[in-house]
Amino acid sequence: MNRLTYIGIFLATVFILTAIFAPLISPYDPVRRFEVTNAAGVTKDLKNEPPSSKHWFGTDSLGRDVFSRIVHGARVSLFVGITVVTISGIIGMIIGAIAGFYGGWWDKFLAGYVFNVFLAFPGLLLAIAIVAFLSATNPSPGDRIRHLIIAMCITGWVGYARVMRGQVLKIREYDFVQAARALGASNLRQLFIHIMPNAIQPLIVQASLAMAGAVLAEASLSFLGLGIPPPNPSWGTMIDSARGIDTMTNALHNLLFPGIALALTVLAFNFIGDGLREYLDPKQRKR
Amino acid sequence: MNKYKLLNFSKRLGLFLLVIFTVVSLVTILIELVPGDPAIARLGDQATPEQIQAFRKRHNLDKPGFFFSYGSEEGFAWHGAENRYVDYWQGVLQGDLGISYDTDRPVVDMIIERYPATIKLALAALLVAISISIPLGVLAGTNKNSLIDNFASFFALMGICLPGFVIGPLLVYVFAVKLQIFSPTGSYYPEDIVLPAITLGAALSAILTRMVRSSVIEELGEDYVRTARAKGLSERVVVYKHVLKNGLIPVVTILGLQLGVLLAGAIITEKIFNWRGIGTLLLDGINTRDHRLVQGVVLVISVTYILANSFTDMVYRWLDPRIRLN
Repeated sequence: MNRLTYIGIFLATVFILTAIFAPLISPYDPVRRFEVTNAAGVTKDLKNEPPSSKHWFGTDSLGRDVFSRIVHGARVSLFVGITVVTISGIIGMIIGAIAGFYGGWWDKFLAGYVFNVFLAFPGLLLAIAIVAFLSATNPSPGDRIRHLIIAMCITGWVGYARVMRGQVLKIREYDFVQAARALGASNLRQLFIHIMPNAIQPLIVQASLAMAGAVLAEASLSFLGLGIPPPNPSWGTMIDSARGIDTMTNALHNLLFPGIALALTVLAFNFIGDGLREYLDPKQRKR
Repeated sequence: MNKYKLLNFSKRLGLFLLVIFTVVSLVTILIELVPGDPAIARLGDQATPEQIQAFRKRHNLDKPGFFFSYGSEEGFAWHGAENRYVDYWQGVLQGDLGISYDTDRPVVDMIIERYPATIKLALAALLVAISISIPLGVLAGTNKNSLIDNFASFFALMGICLPGFVIGPLLVYVFAVKLQIFSPTGSYYPEDIVLPAITLGAALSAILTRMVRSSVIEELGEDYVRTARAKGLSERVVVYKHVLKNGLIPVVTILGLQLGVLLAGAIITEKIFNWRGIGTLLLDGINTRDHRLVQGVVLVISVTYILANSFTDMVYRWLDPRIRLN
């Protein structure tokens, strides 16, 4: 594995630990609005304060601590990302394995038809539509997250299914599987004990790249106002509320810090995915 | 056309029609995801029964949603052909996508007004992506591990990990607020397209630069390149006439597949720049709970995407006889 992969693993670990220990790391409550009293005795929100030792990443247009919000935002991003990757990965693996292993009409129906239908939608668009319709009646923040996850799983599983199908098609012809079959192993045993463990490698690459995609998709949907509702912190929402011309001129840090956090997370999982692919496929290593 | 080709063609046409049918059906049924009664979701809890009744009648919501329904209490019920699904299909085939809940205008008219702006933006982004990625990718591929190659890698990395909604506001900040070359939002003047096109094209140019680079490197190792060089052709001719011609084949596929990503990405870009295309129309529809409009826009974008993909597939086959004859 090359250096970039290690950088990716390091960054991803930092972000995951940040997400897990968010309440311990963040210095303040992410929704607390700081106030300041001027000489005349008037109390105002501590708006758009530049980074300082008290507020490491400054404060936003409502006087909230940007660092605390980013730390808590990591929770939302990574929770949604990991859940989506796990659920859609399992669904995709099972469906892909069925298509590849049983072949025949199963394969014709799944790979020839269902996969094509799901690939025919632009993923983000379908996710937008599903979330918009599911969340039509002001749901709670928890419901919103559930809707996000459902929408992203519906659009995400087909990538794994395709990879899994290709792997299973290849591996089921290998000698050790033939031997297991000759010894009378049942279909399920062949599939789960012999084929799937040997088919998993490219799926790990797929999962790592999909994690980057899921984090990005969550931020995109939040940016469009379809993520968890304010005041809950989410990187996409933070970027959206920081892009007014006034805020950008006076407090660019409001846009930069969540943008950097998002970019680094996406970068980390891309590095891991690329590195693993290279590691697992020696043919690619030379390039 | 011989028999084999005809069979192959009809098979692919069949699949294409089947996919279109399913996608339209799914979008049609998607609106049923709205929890509870769509009329109440739209009009709110305070609406009087008369208002709800009138709304239902106007938007054809008083019929059952599908051929059959299944509820835990009511059990299985068959409704026959008098249902919303059939109605919507009849409308689609006649170019009618229903009436907007919010503006009371035909959804088709609203989409036709906004559609050209989005296509214009997507094509401009495509142009940005191609004109950055092909020269940069070729330079990086022919000068492997040089300074320009490292720069290209860095550029590609930035484009992949920085989403449009970070790049866009930054471009606005630099070029509209600081340098004041362009206006920050809107789509009134011809030059207003520059910043949105760069924003939307950035991710694509990153992916394409990588593709062109690795494609050029791969082709440079082929035998025909050695032959061309042995013939005494200049390096320029070898790269631009021989290598690029073959190296662009995989790039074309990615381009077609990415057109859909561009259409979806246009929703975000349009929001950043207040660009009056179907992306902002979709978001307006979501905000006003105009589900009929959302349904129509999703349908139109999906069908555009499928058509673009099929078109790419055709070009791809035409470019590379190895695939055509396989």
